[in-house]
Amino acid sequence: MSTHTQVSTHTQAGAAFLSVRDLKVHFSTEDGVVRAVDGLSFELERGRTLGIVGESGSGKSVTNLAILGLHDRGRTALDGEVLLDGKELLTATERELERLRGNKMSMIFQDALASLSPYHTVGAQIGETYRKHTGASRREARARAVEMLRRVGIPQPDVRVDDYPHQFSGGMRQRAMIAMALVCDPELLIADEPTTALDVTVQAQIMDLLRDLQQEFGTAIIFITHDLGVISRIADDVLVMYGGRCVEKGGRAEVLRAPLHPYTLGLLGSMPSLDGPVDVPLSPIPGTPPSLLTPPQGCRFHPRCAFAEKVGGGLCGSNRPLLEPSEGHSERHAAACHLTPEQRREYFADYAAARVN
Amino acid sequence: MTITDPLLHVSGLTKHFPIRGGFPVKRTVGAVRAVDGLDFQVAEGESLGLVGESGCGKSTTGRLITRLLEPTAGRITYAGRDITHASRRQLAAVRPEIQMIFQDPYSSLNPRQTIGRIVAAPMEIHGINPAGGRERKVRELLETVGLNPEHYNRFPHEFSGGQRQRIGVARALTLSPKLIVADEPVSALDVSIQAQVVNLLQTLQKDLGIAFLFIAHDLAVVRHFSQRVAVMYLGRIVEIANRSDLYENPRHPYTRALLSAVPEVTDHARPRERILLTGDVPSPIDPPSGCRFRTRCWKATDQCATETPPLTRIDGNGTGHLAACHHPETARTTVAV
Amino acid sequence: MFRFIARRTLSALLILLVISAITFVLFYVAPRDPARAACGKVCTPQTLALVRHNLGIDDPLPVQYWHWLVGVFAGRDYQGLGHCSAPCLGYSFTNHEPVLGLITDRFPTTLSLSLGSTVVFVAFGVGTGMLAAVKQGRALDKIASSASLVGSSLQIYIVGVVAMYYLSDEWHILPRPQDSAGFTQDPAAWFKGLLLPWLVLALIFTANYTRMTRSQLVETLNEDYVRTARAKGLTRRTVFFRFAWRGAMGPIVTILGLDLGYLLGGAIITEETFGLHGIGALSIKAVRDNDLPLLLGVVLVAAAAIVVANIVVDAVYALIDPRIRLA
Repeated sequence: MSTHTQVSTHTQAGAAFLSVRDLKVHFSTEDGVVRAVDGLSFELERGRTLGIVGESGSGKSVTNLAILGLHDRGRTALDGEVLLDGKELLTATERELERLRGNKMSMIFQDALASLSPYHTVGAQIGETYRKHTGASRREARARAVEMLRRVGIPQPDVRVDDYPHQFSGGMRQRAMIAMALVCDPELLIADEPTTALDVTVQAQIMDLLRDLQQEFGTAIIFITHDLGVISRIADDVLVMYGGRCVEKGGRAEVLRAPLHPYTLGLLGSMPSLDGPVDVPLSPIPGTPPSLLTPPQGCRFHPRCAFAEKVGGGLCGSNRPLLEPSEGHSERHAAACHLTPEQRREYFADYAAARVN
Repeated sequence: MTITDPLLHVSGLTKHFPIRGGFPVKRTVGAVRAVDGLDFQVAEGESLGLVGESGCGKSTTGRLITRLLEPTAGRITYAGRDITHASRRQLAAVRPEIQMIFQDPYSSLNPRQTIGRIVAAPMEIHGINPAGGRERKVRELLETVGLNPEHYNRFPHEFSGGQRQRIGVARALTLSPKLIVADEPVSALDVSIQAQVVNLLQTLQKDLGIAFLFIAHDLAVVRHFSQRVAVMYLGRIVEIANRSDLYENPRHPYTRALLSAVPEVTDHARPRERILLTGDVPSPIDPPSGCRFRTRCWKATDQCATETPPLTRIDGNGTGHLAACHHPETARTTVAV
Repeated sequence: MFRFIARRTLSALLILLVISAITFVLFYVAPRDPARAACGKVCTPQTLALVRHNLGIDDPLPVQYWHWLVGVFAGRDYQGLGHCSAPCLGYSFTNHEPVLGLITDRFPTTLSLSLGSTVVFVAFGVGTGMLAAVKQGRALDKIASSASLVGSSLQIYIVGVVAMYYLSDEWHILPRPQDSAGFTQDPAAWFKGLLLPWLVLALIFTANYTRMTRSQLVETLNEDYVRTARAKGLTRRTVFFRFAWRGAMGPIVTILGLDLGYLLGGAIITEETFGLHGIGALSIKAVRDNDLPLLLGVVLVAAAAIVVANIVVDAVYALIDPRIRLA
């Protein structure tokens, strides 16, 4: 696979704790090749949280399965670079990855009930990870499991350690999964929609827990979600994905307050709020997400974009925009859009004004 | 707001699901008290939002009102007619007027039928032949919900999630209903699509004057869509009020905690008050005595365990703002306009 | 667990009672008279009545059934044959031997045949199923899948006869099947006599287990908890056996229990094909001879085997899957 799509923001190799460069994940299916991720680059420092936002099919989950090497190897083609603490993961052997998974990097999933084994006690599942990576005895692993359950706030951990996942409530199961992911003090934690299936009060508990644990251990976290509200509570940096590509990234406040990409703007306009006006309709993004079998040419968002016609020469439908910073915004805040800074200032202001009034 | 003759009047509505067990012969040994004495009304053309966390009984309530479930106790009155235990035959008269929209746009449409047939089905069932024929009516409906009428002969799998939900809406509109019970109609959809469907429903409510019982867990969506909102906890309504009262001046501690837990995009700018509830919702099989929220409430006293607080108007509240609490939150002095 | 066993044992007894009653009724609905067969060639109405009386079939049906039940639970006296202590299944109409004795004589053969072939087909069926699941879509998987389709469409009375002819008689690869004195008496003879029937019977069942194991595993390998186990850094091998296989086991054990229950009730065609004398052969004899007590006996054995297998399966399932609660 060629690497003709170089991304302009480029820091020195090995500088970041996790560095993903021009990642491509293509699945072969009966209908053709699905370009689930198509040239994605980002970096993450220790102790920071990167929020990845996107709708279903944007490639946000696939990206992270590929980092851990959990994709279906038989039908997936990977390209690009994933450096974790200087170590290349895409070319690593299965054995090397097994040593890293659950140890240096671990993952928690959305549906804790389905993601925990129904056949083993919560304690056994937590202890198993610990034994695998530390060679601890059964007894030590159990003690460690109790300690982890206590740390994630499970009441009576010494009793609950012998329960099965179905005996836990939804929130407790997600806590148990976090305990399992953190049992070896990983340096990278990937959380794939960990709060989506939970009620808001429990969601708030889990987000607080993750933040506390991060402060304690300095873990780097990738937090995948479709909910910008959740992002605003937990992320330091935000990466917005659309159709397998990054359309915008930057600091949380920058991206949420002054988005540069029409898609980010559209997402914000789609969300009702607790204190906004109620008598104006929401501003949804028209149309539906693209098929990744035959993604649109140029900017993948252009068929749904309200501003595509403002860009001259049909550029949006032919050329892939580069991910680059915009004039008047910080160097870290970049978007992949053909609009000029002046156009953006003009149209986005109108757009925002239309929403508020 | 004065409600003279509500379209839907619910009082003391209760649904207990029996639990069977025992030895040697199985018998009823307890009950899941999913809905335990609800009182509320929905006026004509009004949207009442029903919010609460999973297991609070909001979906069961929707199913009771559409009579997909048989109430254990209480009364449901629709347009002055008692339909609590109405038979199929008696219900036939009101069925066209009460329709339902479901959460899952994938499983609530028959995959073997064209959308034309799906949308026309209610007319078939009730033997209705509109002027111009059923097909013309269906095409009109598809247009109303923003689908291409040319797609009349396509099957559900040819549509995206948002479009399927539109098909569900079209089906609900077929018989020109007066009340639509919408059970989490947008929660399975992506954010950008969700907004499309919310806007569609809002247009329908305004243009066609349809009343809604809008069941959802997303407080922001409910606020956007419903003029009045009821908050449920463990099978009971803890607070009910019009939109601005409930969101700006919540009096029940649970409502306040729930609102504070909602993550908002604007949080990073001005952090809002945060109340962190601890623990889990107790089991509806053996709910706490008195006020059901007391086990997680920071204000609970002995009184909360012994006396069930009635759902009433509390000092400082506007008309129609009811809360069930012995120790309500203080009313905000600055009342928003 | 205790409650579960108690409740299920009670209902099992009830089921057996109902089955025995149905068998009784059906026997008399059938247009055949056991007395006439026992009466011999010169059969006057007097001797026929006498035979009827001796067989105990001149009483009204409910009375007969009642006598039979009393025999089972309390023992019973037979004219000329003496006391038959509980559990008494009566005496065979044809050779006047106690039915219980006939069954206990024949049961070891059936038990050996069933258990032996089960070991073979579980080992081969589950083994190839596992391999096929691991090598999904590759050549091995395709071969195993098509082979199992062929296997499951084979019939034992053809394969058995052909196998016996070539493998035993012509090529002398495997010993010819025969009854033996039993495992405890002469293990070597026992093994030799049953080897061919085991293999042939297993051939038919193996196919089923291959396909079932494969499809179950393909399903569990896609479960979220299997992905989680991989995300923990466990090796593929550990993930496969401790997680995926654990999940696939339940349905396989269920079918296995039912198959075993069925086999223990007498593999009629297999026994007939190989000339073995187990419960299956006894069943054929009972039907052919219009031998009511014997028929009741073998029917009860077959029914009990299936009922017990069901109870065991449910109990084992609960051990495999902690989400199942027995009550």
